[in-house]
Amino acid sequence: MLRIDALRAVYDRLEHLVVVTIMGAVAAELQSLGHRPNFFYLQHAMGLASSMGLGIALTKPDTQVVVFDGDGSVLMNLGGLTTLARYRPKNLVHVVFDNESLLSVGGFPTATSTGSDLAAIAAAAGIPRTGAVRTIAEFTKAFDEALSAGALTTLVAKVDAVGPAQFVTDLSLLENRFQFQRYLKST
Amino acid sequence: MLRDHRMSPVSVASSRIVYDALKASGVRLVSALPETWLVHLIRMAEEDPEMILVRLAKEEEGVGISAGAHLAGVKSAMLMQNHGLLASINGIVSCAQLYRIPLLMLISYRGEFGERDPWQTEGGGVTEDLLRALRIPFSYLDNVGHVAARIAKAQTLSLSANKPVALLLCRDLMWEEN
Repeated sequence: MLRIDALRAVYDRLEHLVVVTIMGAVAAELQSLGHRPNFFYLQHAMGLASSMGLGIALTKPDTQVVVFDGDGSVLMNLGGLTTLARYRPKNLVHVVFDNESLLSVGGFPTATSTGSDLAAIAAAAGIPRTGAVRTIAEFTKAFDEALSAGALTTLVAKVDAVGPAQFVTDLSLLENRFQFQRYLKST
Repeated sequence: MLRDHRMSPVSVASSRIVYDALKASGVRLVSALPETWLVHLIRMAEEDPEMILVRLAKEEEGVGISAGAHLAGVKSAMLMQNHGLLASINGIVSCAQLYRIPLLMLISYRGEFGERDPWQTEGGGVTEDLLRALRIPFSYLDNVGHVAARIAKAQTLSLSANKPVALLLCRDLMWEEN
């Protein structure tokens, strides 16, 4: 499964959700499908996208939040899974694109390439709904179920270690940040 | 002499003044990693139905949580030891500073004059230089008389500058024995 195909498969669901992504390929690919003011791309601070999502979910409990995370980022903040599980906001869906690689810095293999199982780690951390998917059909179904489940979900999507040719887009970081804040204020 | 940790010399009265000042400055979410000097503050946040308390596994998570809360329109504060500041630096620089996120950090200033725990002494020696290197404005909370004003002013600067600020919780405020 290609990550951009997975993003494309659920893109129309994202129109009225609050979306936080990690840096690199995830941010560039989602932008390539069409930026929206309700999308925030955390272009650094690896590991903190899920923490940002938690901060939004806890302070806007009536707003559905989706985090598009990655294996490298989650591995930098495994403790954050226990914090997500501790507060288990019902309005947070945590998607982890697992390409078993630190793609944007040269494709070095992460520990998920040698057997570390992020869905199992998330489940053991106490996240109420977890799962792993390998096809677009499975991903789309699991994503939709997560949105309607009303329970914190960590969904690991195994994807190929390929991405866009470049990661810099013409959306400035601060433009994105203030536009996103204004969007949240309006909801 | 052995100390009895059940009879903590951490000041409840000072903790209450700090907590009330946070509330008065509009803080409605507190992230925290427990440490001795923060026990009363964390308990007060926990018992306050108007406050969202987020207990962390590691302090850097608090930067992301505060960033999310800020963008969602909620004022927050981070409670941590100075070693928590050391553990949060990447998040402070590459989330809060990169994205101009206000961050009110209350940092227990372990390792200054009077510190008895040998393991706390190294972090105390680098705390202020580190804050200066990061160009984070900071001040001290070392006397009950100025706590409320300094917290209010720190919050004001953080919000007007869209930047992290720090207040150092000092021994003279937090600890009731000499």
